[in-house]
Amino acid sequence: MQAANGNAVPTDTTDYVTVFVGETMFGLTIDRVHDVFVPAGITPVPLAPREIVGLLNLRGRVVTALCLRRRLGIPGREAGAAEMAIGLEQSGETFALIVDGVGEVLKLGADTQEPVPINLDARWRDISLGVHRLDGRLLVILDVDALLAFGDARESQVA
Amino acid sequence: MDDLLREFLVESAEHLDTVDAELVRFEQDPNNQQILRNIFRLVHTIKGTCGFLGLPRLEALAHAAETLMGRFRDGYPVSGASVTLILATLDRLKAILADLEATGSEPAGADADLIGALEQMASEEAPAAAAPPPPPELPPIVERELKPGEVSLEDLERAFMEAPGPDDFPAAPAIEAPAPVLEAPAPTFESAPEPAAPVQAAERPAAAPSAPAAEGGESAVAAKVQTIRVNVDTIEHLMTMVSELVLTRNQLLEIARRHEDSGYKVPLQRLSHVTAELQEGVMKTRMQPIGNAWQKLPRVVRDLSAELGKGIDLVMSGAETELDRQVLDVIKDPLTHMVRNSADHGIEATNERLKAGKPARGTIRLSAYHEGGTITIEIADDGKGLDLAAIRKKAVERNLAPAADVERMTDAQVAKFIFHAGFSTAKAVTSVSGRGVGMDVVKTNIETIGGVVDIATELGRGTTFTIKIPLTLAIVSALIVKAGEQRYAVPQIAVLELVRVDPKGENKSTNSIERIHGAPVLRLRERLLPIVTLEGLMRGQATVEEGELVESGFVVVAQVGRQRFGVLVDEVFHTEEIVVKPMSSKLRHIPLFAGNTILGDGAVVLIVDPNGVAKLVGQSAQSGAATETEVEETEAGDAKATLLVFKGGAGGFKAVPLSLVTRLEEIDASKIEHLGGRPLIQYRGRLMPLVPADPGIEIRSEGNQALVVFSDGDRAMGLVVDEIVDIVEERLDIEISADRSDLIGSAVLRGRATDIINIAHFLPLAYDDWARGPRKTVVKAPSLLLVDDSAFFRDMLTPVLKAAGYGVTTAASADEAMGLLKGSAGIDLVVSDLDMPGRSGFDLVAAMRKSGGRLAEMPVIALTGTVAADAIEQARRLAISDLVAKFDRSGLLAALAEIGEAAEPAARAAA
Repeated sequence: MQAANGNAVPTDTTDYVTVFVGETMFGLTIDRVHDVFVPAGITPVPLAPREIVGLLNLRGRVVTALCLRRRLGIPGREAGAAEMAIGLEQSGETFALIVDGVGEVLKLGADTQEPVPINLDARWRDISLGVHRLDGRLLVILDVDALLAFGDARESQVA
Repeated sequence: MDDLLREFLVESAEHLDTVDAELVRFEQDPNNQQILRNIFRLVHTIKGTCGFLGLPRLEALAHAAETLMGRFRDGYPVSGASVTLILATLDRLKAILADLEATGSEPAGADADLIGALEQMASEEAPAAAAPPPPPELPPIVERELKPGEVSLEDLERAFMEAPGPDDFPAAPAIEAPAPVLEAPAPTFESAPEPAAPVQAAERPAAAPSAPAAEGGESAVAAKVQTIRVNVDTIEHLMTMVSELVLTRNQLLEIARRHEDSGYKVPLQRLSHVTAELQEGVMKTRMQPIGNAWQKLPRVVRDLSAELGKGIDLVMSGAETELDRQVLDVIKDPLTHMVRNSADHGIEATNERLKAGKPARGTIRLSAYHEGGTITIEIADDGKGLDLAAIRKKAVERNLAPAADVERMTDAQVAKFIFHAGFSTAKAVTSVSGRGVGMDVVKTNIETIGGVVDIATELGRGTTFTIKIPLTLAIVSALIVKAGEQRYAVPQIAVLELVRVDPKGENKSTNSIERIHGAPVLRLRERLLPIVTLEGLMRGQATVEEGELVESGFVVVAQVGRQRFGVLVDEVFHTEEIVVKPMSSKLRHIPLFAGNTILGDGAVVLIVDPNGVAKLVGQSAQSGAATETEVEETEAGDAKATLLVFKGGAGGFKAVPLSLVTRLEEIDASKIEHLGGRPLIQYRGRLMPLVPADPGIEIRSEGNQALVVFSDGDRAMGLVVDEIVDIVEERLDIEISADRSDLIGSAVLRGRATDIINIAHFLPLAYDDWARGPRKTVVKAPSLLLVDDSAFFRDMLTPVLKAAGYGVTTAASADEAMGLLKGSAGIDLVVSDLDMPGRSGFDLVAAMRKSGGRLAEMPVIALTGTVAADAIEQARRLAISDLVAKFDRSGLLAALAEIGEAAEPAARAAA
């Protein structure tokens, strides 16, 4: 378990963009983050996988917005609560990850890195690369590719 | 890989393709020096560049091929074997190039086999008959302009100098040629006698990037217009940027509309105009002649022709027809496959052709032309045609359809079985085809870009495939509609019309949606249109729940294949040219959407895919819920019938052709009165008798009672049913049941066994005299011959005609009809379908008119699916009394009555 999850995290220091969902702080490697913006004018897509909030226009590009809360299987935020979006790219497509808030960029070394606890919810475990012990709180590192790997198995749901 | 090499690869591949095609032409026309010169020059260019880039393997091969071609130029006879050998060499060159592209270096390996064979052939003595080569005249050769990244002239010339020319080869004919000296930089024409050097010196400057001299329009290569090579990505990027520009312009226009400040208006108009032109221009850059997809085909056909041992000519027309490169990419492979198929399966072996009295060489005709917003491509062969009998048999064997179904299918329907995966009737699997792989892929590919394929085939005469595809996929005209809170774009191509609907009773003149057991339908020009709501669809259901239907809005009448349905939307805004952006990979599986786009105001909207809507609706219908309005994607060309399905008697499903139904009603059961033991109801100011559709149905005494109203003239009858279920459009196979007069038979509709009721049985139950020629006393019932290839229409019309007081005889084909007409004197008039496989209705009438006597005078009513101007003209020539639309029952009866009236005075006068 340790080997499987721990090896993908670089040993040197890495920059992470931190984002918040509820009480939890997550980190995304900075080289995967293309944009940080306030999502507006999302067009919902009927019959879409539930993780997908809809489509939005980001400077003339159509971007698929997915909600990190829904992806993690935690209840949606209250209506009117603030949202932020992280622009991610995967094989030529742009996605917007909707989160509650975006924090600072942290430079973290391997010394604070821990493997993903085995008792973590499977849904979380699948998309986490590890955990950093920070002062007073923990930072869960998200695996962007795993995060975006969803929906395919769900096709039968709407078919 | 450096740019030079990449450029070389692209160009060489192009050259080789051209050489392929030219060689095939040359083989057929060996005396054409023009073609030979072209080939020679191209191969030489490849050789020269290879030498320059240090690609010895390619160079050696090209050199050997060039040597042999050099001998052709010297008059060595062009044989099939030599061309095959050169083609094989070209294939090897291509393979090496492919490796080169993948790895960046020339693959290891030897080509001694090919080089040996080439050398041997080149060294063979020309037959004595071959006259000494006529000195080829040397008109200024045609040169292509220099392309970006191309090797400079000096470099090339040096390479040419270093590369051994064909004359250095010992076996080359001993023609006195000037040795390659500096004045003759291009050794291409070295073997030409006489003043080669000066001419070449003069030619070379013509290769400067200025306008290429198009000479001798005969050569396709020579006719190249001035072009530059642009990376596809660049164009795609340009396209995206223009799309953005269009969007920004739309936003500006939107703002300008809100502000009255007219200062903007003029420059904005100008901007708008320029943008539109720019958009069009960029679109044009994406257009490519379809000939690009055809380039390889002459070679393909030639090889097949050799391999299969039959002579095949490929005739191509309309190669200059342009279409979007995206579309071109998709149809390239299907086209090649279909041509191969035609060559292998379509064209017969030479001896068979001769036996059938056809020219020994078969012909495959490939043509393309614009037609409205679509491109039509036809692939026609003059071969043996599809063996429909074998296909029928195979279809049954493979369980694609029940035997009875297959028996009744029209030829066009049967032919479509070849599009099923794994379907092949070929007795032997050849290396070319017969494995039953491919045609399904062909169809799928064409359908993914919104195209359709049709087959017309005639046994012994050949087969024609017709492909219709849209011009471009990138920009479509769409209707922007609103459903619920969301806006959607509906491609205009699927929209037939828009109908405004208002709640019932508010205004008599507007249309309103009616319900049959909750299923909404709309009366549109005497036809019922099933309605789905866009909002409902977006929730994944094709059903419309009671009470949720907003009764006002717009119905977008859409057509997919032959299926029409209405989509109810709340609002319709305007039409807009939208740039189709593909759906995200996460959303591509949703069948409802064809893509998305950004509108003028910057909002993202989804583009509704009419095919997907039709499919989704069809699926939900199959899931078994009985209360759904359903629409089904239909295959074009199938004869479908629209039926009203209802429940009646012991829960069984019954159906009646919708074309016979006048109205659907739900009445208050307490209003039903009984007179003389018969149930009646006051309906539109008259008394209408009610007849149960089945003895098992009890007429309700309270609540609502569903009725299907049939009327004829001023009489109406209410058929009492338990529940109206839905309207289905399906191809019908009726199993005729002989023992019950109230049923025509039964059929399977949506997987349910359904009885098709015989209205002729019920009409007399309502009015005793209905069946006996109601309004007129006819001395002798006129006897009528009904000719229609579809069993369903025969079965449907027969009771109608009988009920109207005619004696009815039926025939399933023109030939059968002719036989009946000649054999029996009792037939007074003919009602014939015009569109029948084999001999059409027109053929039948023509034969009748020609046979003289009684048949020449006999009145004929023609039934037709579509009334085209030329059909009317032809009908007039053949003295056809009336053309009636196939489903227009009352029109047919009126036409029949007219003939009867016209005949009566005539009969009286004769008496």
